[in-house]
Amino acid sequence: MTPLATLVRAPIDVLALVEAVSSAANGAVLLFLGAVRQVNDGRDVTGIDYAAYEGMALRELQAIAEEAAVRFDSADVRIVHRLGELGVEEVSVAIAVAHAHRDAAYAASRWVIEELKRRVPIWKREHYVDGTREWVDPAGRVNAEPVR
Amino acid sequence: MYDASTRMTVTVLLFASYAEALGAASLDVELDDDSTVEDVLAQIRARPGADRLPPAPLVAVNQRYAGAGSAVREGDEVALIPPVAGG
Repeated sequence: MTPLATLVRAPIDVLALVEAVSSAANGAVLLFLGAVRQVNDGRDVTGIDYAAYEGMALRELQAIAEEAAVRFDSADVRIVHRLGELGVEEVSVAIAVAHAHRDAAYAASRWVIEELKRRVPIWKREHYVDGTREWVDPAGRVNAEPVR
Repeated sequence: MYDASTRMTVTVLLFASYAEALGAASLDVELDDDSTVEDVLAQIRARPGADRLPPAPLVAVNQRYAGAGSAVREGDEVALIPPVAGG
């Protein structure tokens, strides 16, 4: 059985993820992919490297998948996040969600990616065309509050 | 002189921009036995490069987010968590 959450250092097998949640009971199957964008905040990006506090990141991803099942009427969720160096257009995160009906599947998919961005200890450093690299702070916060 | 049994050493894990700021992936801090996350942060703030950290960085104890008043015990896995940017 595919684990609820995985961290990988190679391209994500997105079809395997879809197959993992597909079943006779699930009339709706959704796949969300996050990919590396060429332009961020007006700067040209050549790639990103992702780093994680791996033990905690895996624990949080698993918790998110489990919480999604409770919140969204037994939605079946699998999450894979890639780490290491990625080029533009490469997939950094894949979330597969299945449910008997589409409403719960769409809601669960949206909730999972927002929770991931809010609380999973993963960081990205963008590489720019001028050769510089910077760790990204999505909120631009300098005074972060505990998230829970 | 202090009683050695009332002191402990805790390893603090650092990541991403915080590891760069402090020039290390982890730091050992010496604390009293009945210390909290805030005591750990006070020790970290005294290190060179800590001026590049926010005043109240997120902290995890044993891989769970922990508030400033949370207890820290010998053998705990403590980590400073920079603003997360997954996805």
